[in-house]
Amino acid sequence: MTELVTETVNQTVPSSNDPLLDIRDLEVGFQTQYGVVPAVRGVSLTLYAGQTLAIVGESGSGKTTTAQAIINLLAGTGKVTAGEILFEGRDLTRLSAKEMQGVRGSLIGYVPQDPMSNLNPVWNIGFQVEEAIKANSPLRGKEARARTIEVLQEAGLADAADRLKQYPHQFSGGMRQRVLIGIGLSARPKLLIADEPTSALDVTVQRQILDHLATLTRDYGTSVLFITHDLGLAAERAEQLVVMYKGKVVESGPSQEILANPQHPYTQRLVAAAPSLASRRIQAKKNQDAPAPEIFSAGGTDTALITRATERELAASGKDLISVEGITKMYRIRKSGLKYDELLAVNDVSFGVKKGTTTAIVGESGSGKSTVAKLILQLESTTSGRIEFEGRDVAGLKGRELLNFRRRVQPVFQDPYGSLDPQYNVGNTIAEPLLAHNVGSRKERQKRVLELLDQVSLPAATQFRYPSELSGGQRQRIAIARALALKPDVLVLDEAVSALDVLVQGQILNLLTELQTELGLTYLFITHDLAVVRLVADNVCVMQRGRIVEAASTDEVFNNPRELYTQELLAAIPGANFAFGR
Amino acid sequence: MLWYTGKRLLQMIPVFFGATFLIYFMVFSLPGDPIAALYGDRPPSPGVIAQLRAEYNLDKSLIEQYLIYIGGFFQGDLGTTFSGRSVSSVMASAFPITARLAMLALAFEAFFGILVGLVAGLRKGKLFDASALVVSLLLISVPTFVIGFVLQFVFGIQLGWARTTVSGAAPLDELILPALVLASVSFAYIVRLTRASVSDNLNADFVRTATAKGLSGRRVVTVHVLRNSLVPVVTFLGVDIGSLMVGAIVTEGIFNINGVGGTVYDAIKLGEGPTVVSFIAVMVVIFVVANLLVDLLYAALDPRIRYAK
Amino acid sequence: MPSSTPNNRQAHVVAALDETPVAAIDQVNETQKARSTWTDAWESMRRRPSFWISSSLILLIVLVALVPTLFTQAPPNSNCLLADSNGGAEAGHPLGFTRQGCDTYARIIFGTRASVTVGLLATFLVTLVGVVIGALAGYYGGVLDAIVSRIGDIFFAVPTVLGAIVLLSVLPERTPVTIALVMSIFAWPQIARIMRGAVLTARNSDYVTASIALGVSKFKILLRHVVPNSIAPVIVIATVSLGTFIVAEATLSFLGIGLGSDIMSWGNDIGNAQTSIRTAPQVLLYPAAALSVTVLAFLMLGDVVGDALDPKARARR
Repeated sequence: MTELVTETVNQTVPSSNDPLLDIRDLEVGFQTQYGVVPAVRGVSLTLYAGQTLAIVGESGSGKTTTAQAIINLLAGTGKVTAGEILFEGRDLTRLSAKEMQGVRGSLIGYVPQDPMSNLNPVWNIGFQVEEAIKANSPLRGKEARARTIEVLQEAGLADAADRLKQYPHQFSGGMRQRVLIGIGLSARPKLLIADEPTSALDVTVQRQILDHLATLTRDYGTSVLFITHDLGLAAERAEQLVVMYKGKVVESGPSQEILANPQHPYTQRLVAAAPSLASRRIQAKKNQDAPAPEIFSAGGTDTALITRATERELAASGKDLISVEGITKMYRIRKSGLKYDELLAVNDVSFGVKKGTTTAIVGESGSGKSTVAKLILQLESTTSGRIEFEGRDVAGLKGRELLNFRRRVQPVFQDPYGSLDPQYNVGNTIAEPLLAHNVGSRKERQKRVLELLDQVSLPAATQFRYPSELSGGQRQRIAIARALALKPDVLVLDEAVSALDVLVQGQILNLLTELQTELGLTYLFITHDLAVVRLVADNVCVMQRGRIVEAASTDEVFNNPRELYTQELLAAIPGANFAFGR
Repeated sequence: MLWYTGKRLLQMIPVFFGATFLIYFMVFSLPGDPIAALYGDRPPSPGVIAQLRAEYNLDKSLIEQYLIYIGGFFQGDLGTTFSGRSVSSVMASAFPITARLAMLALAFEAFFGILVGLVAGLRKGKLFDASALVVSLLLISVPTFVIGFVLQFVFGIQLGWARTTVSGAAPLDELILPALVLASVSFAYIVRLTRASVSDNLNADFVRTATAKGLSGRRVVTVHVLRNSLVPVVTFLGVDIGSLMVGAIVTEGIFNINGVGGTVYDAIKLGEGPTVVSFIAVMVVIFVVANLLVDLLYAALDPRIRYAK
Repeated sequence: MPSSTPNNRQAHVVAALDETPVAAIDQVNETQKARSTWTDAWESMRRRPSFWISSSLILLIVLVALVPTLFTQAPPNSNCLLADSNGGAEAGHPLGFTRQGCDTYARIIFGTRASVTVGLLATFLVTLVGVVIGALAGYYGGVLDAIVSRIGDIFFAVPTVLGAIVLLSVLPERTPVTIALVMSIFAWPQIARIMRGAVLTARNSDYVTASIALGVSKFKILLRHVVPNSIAPVIVIATVSLGTFIVAEATLSFLGIGLGSDIMSWGNDIGNAQTSIRTAPQVLLYPAAALSVTVLAFLMLGDVVGDALDPKARARR
C-alpha cells in the first residue's frame, strides 16, 4: 500500500513546520429568501501534519459548516464568502470542480455524522467501498475487490469478505460507521475530517470505534480534524481544541491548557457544565438567578446537600411508591415466512422507587430500558410480573382508575421535536391534560398554564407560540410543564435530556431538581448517559439485554462498580479521566 | 426476493377475483334490465334478448352467474362481441398492435420524462426547470384527445409528415405519432416526479458522502442521485398503465388503429355494451398482472423492499 | 498522544470579549410573531405570483359557474341557426358558432357549471370517503385495516375511467351528479392510501404517545392530533385531482358516454366538434382551451399548496 501513498505525496513536499491545513478568516453564508445568513464568521485555525484538532461547539455554532467548507460539501445555497483555506499551501476555495474532486478522498478523507443516512440504501456495501477505491487509485477488477476487503477489515469488520453483497440496512449502526471510516481512510488521505463520527452510537461502541480510528490514523500518520459537541470527547481525542460559538472561534489552543484554564466566559461555561465522574448530584437552590456554572460545582460543604441527604434518607425508610416485581416483556418478531422470533425485551426485572427520590435506569440501545418505561406508564402490557403503584397492581386498571393513574404518573419523552404536536400552540399543549381530565373552567385552565410556564421559567407570551419556533430545550420545558399540569406524583423521564446541547441539558437538569424539591416529585430517569445519572439520581439500575445487571445507590455504582459491564460503561464515558476546571 | 414474489402473487388472487366480480356486479345487478341497459337506445329483437339471457345466465343467482363467467375466463372464453366473434379471437389480433403502441409510448415517456426531470431537478429554479414545469402542467391540463386532434391536424394534415390514420397492420413507424400522443400526459407526470425526487436526493446525506469520496460529479448524479430517484418513478409506472389503457381507447379511436383500444372505442360509439364490458374486464386483469410485474421491478430496484419481511 | 514538535505548538488564543458576547442560555425570542404550520404556509403562498393567478382564476371560474348570465346575454341554446354552422367570429359572437350554429362563447359560459360541478363534487366525495376510511384503517389497524385495505386494492385495480366507462354504459341517466358519483367509486382508494400512510406516521409519533399517557381518549387523539397532522398531503392531491376529474369527464363525454347530450358541457361541445376538426378546428379548440385553463388553475394551486405544506421545503426555507 505504500505505493499509493507516495503517488499522492510526490507533488510538493512541505517542510514539517508548514501547517497542513491553515484556515484564515473564513466566512461562510447561506442564501435564504431573507438574504445571506452568515454561518461562519471569520474563523481561523491551523493544523499541522500528524496532529489531531477538535472543533467543539453546540448545534448552530458553525462547526460542521466550517468542516464542510474545506472540501466544498456545503449544502444547497451555502457559499464561502471570504477568507482562504490553505491545504499544503494551496487555497482550496479557488480550486475548480475537477481539482477539488482530486483533493476529496485521496488527500482529504471525510467521515460523516449519521451512519444511518450516509450510505446509499440501494447499493451494497462492497460497491460503495469499491467505488471510493476506484475513484482514488488505479486499482481495478480483482485488485480493487481485494483492497475493498482489506479496507473493511482494517476498519474492524473481520468478516468483510462475506458481507460485501449485503446492503446498509442489514448492518448495525456501529458497523455502518466502521464502513464509513473505512471509506474515509481508504486512500490514506493526509487529513481526515471526522464530523461527530460516533455521536449516534452507544458509549461502549463509540469508545471502540474511536480507539480504532486513533490507531489507524496514528499508523498512517493521518492528521485528524475532529468535530464534536462533547468537550470531554474532544479533550480525550485531540491535542488541540478550537471552541466555536455562534459562527466564531472564541478560544483555541492545546486541549489540556484550555480545560485547565478556560479564559473565555463561554468556554468556562462549557467546562463547568461538562458532566464528568467528578461531579456530584445537583442540589436545588432557591436562588433562581444563580448562574449555571455554580450549580455544577462539586461543593461538598453545601448545607443544602446535608439537609437534602437527611430528607432523602428519611424518605428511603418508607415504603416504595413504585414497585416492580419480576416483569417480563416478550415481543414476537416476524421472520421470513410465517416463522416468528421471540425477543425478550425485558427479562425478569425488579426494582423499587421511593417517594421523592430519583431512580435512574441506565443502558445502551436494545437494553430494554425504554420498554420498562412504557410498561410502567401502561402504554404496553407486561407479559408477566407485577407493577405496583402505592401498593396496588396497575396491570388491570381500566376506565376511571386508569385515568386516575395516568393523572399521577406522567411521561416526558426524549425527542422534544416529536413529543409536541406541531399544530398546537404552547398554551393549548399545556392545557390539554387539564381538558382531558375536565379540570377547572376555561379561565382557571388559562391561569394554570401561566403558572406552569412560570414554573419552567418561560415567559407568559410563550403560550401563543408553536413548537417549531422554540429551541430543543424550550420544547422540553413545555413537555415538562404539560407533564406537571395535573400535579402528578411521578415523572417518567425517557431520555429527556439526551437530545440537548450540554449547557441546555444542565439547565433542564437543574430545573428538574428544583421542581423535585419544590413539589416532592418522584423521578424515574431513563438514560444511556451515565455522566448525567451522577448529576440527578439517588439510585441506579444498570440494564443490559433486558436484565438488570447491577442496582445500587448512585455513589456505590460510581465508586465501587461490581459488575464488569458497569465498569466498562463507566470507563467509556468520554472525558471520564479529566478533572474539569481544576 | 422469493418470499416477496410469493407474497405479491398471493395478494393478487383476491384482487383478481374482486375486480372482475366488481365489474360483473356493476353491470348485472343494477336495478332494471341489464340487457336493455347495455343496448341503450337501440333495443335488440326479442330473440336476441332471449339468447343473451341464456348466455349471461341471468336466470341464475348473481354469484352463480359470476362463477360461470369466471370459469369460462380461465378456459379462454372471454365473452362474445356484438358481431358474434369471440373476444379472445379479437384479442389475439388486436392485442399485439396495442402492446406495440403501449411499449412505444412507455419508452418515450420513460426516456424523455426521466431525462427532462433529471435535468430540471439538477437545475432547480433555473430557466430549463421553469420551462419544463410549465410544459408539464400544460400537457396534464389538456385532455389527451385534444392533443391527439391537434397533432393529427398539424402533422397529418397541415405538414403531411405522418398519416392521419394508421393502416391495418400498424407498422412501428406509423405508430410514432399516436405513441407520442398516448405518452404525453404520463410524460408530464414522470417529469414532475423525477424532478421532485432528484432534488430531494440531491440533499441526501449519502450524496454528500459520495461527493466526499472523490467521485466525479457525473458519477454522483447517475449512480447515486438518478438511481435512487428511479424508485418512485417505477411505482408510478404501475398506476400509469391504467391511464395508458384509457389513453389507448382515445388515441386508437382518433388514429383509427385496430387495437384493443380502437375496438373498445368503436364499441362505445356504437353502443355495443356487452363488447365494452368483456374487453374492459380483460383490460383490468392485464392491469392487475402488469402491476404485479411493476411491483417486482420495484423490489429489484430497492433492496429494502426486497428484504422486508 | 503523539507529541508535537515545539514549532508546531499552537498558542492558547482567546477571542476579544466584545466581539464574541455570550448570550443567556436558551432565551426565548419574544419579538417574533407566532407562526403555526398554517400561517407559515400562508406566508409562503402569498409570496408566489402563481398562487394569486391560480386562485383568482378559480374564483372567476366558480363565479361563471354560479351566475353565467353575468357574463353573456346571448341565450346558449335558442337562436341556433344551422346557417351559422361552424361560422367564424362576428359582432356579438366573439368566438363564432358551433356546428349546430349556436354561439360558442355563450355555450362555453353556460357549459362551465357542468364541468366544475363534476370536478368539485367528485373531489369532495373522494376526499370525504378517502380521509374517513384511510384515517380509521391507519389509526385502528388490525382486522379493520386488513379488510379495508384489501377492498381498496380491489377498487384500485379498476382504473377510474375504465370503471366509469363500464358503469356509465349501463346507466340510463347521466347527469353531473351521477358522473361524479361513478368516478368517486373508483377513485377513493388513492386518497385512502395516502391518508392511511400519513396517519400511520402520525400515530407512531411521540406526541400521540404523550397524549395517550396524559389520559386523552383514543378517538379524541385521532380527531385532535392525528388527522390535522395527516391532512396536508391529501389537500395537495385533492386539489390536483379536481383538475383530473374535469379532464376525465371531458374524456367520457368525448367518447359519448359522459354527460347526457342535452346537458351543456365543455366535454360535450368538444366531442360534438370532433367531426369538423379539419374544417373548423376553432370550434373544438375554444371549449378545450376553457377546460385546460380551468384544469391548469387547479394544478397550479395544487403545486403552490404542496410546496407550502411540504415539511422538507419548510425546513429549507
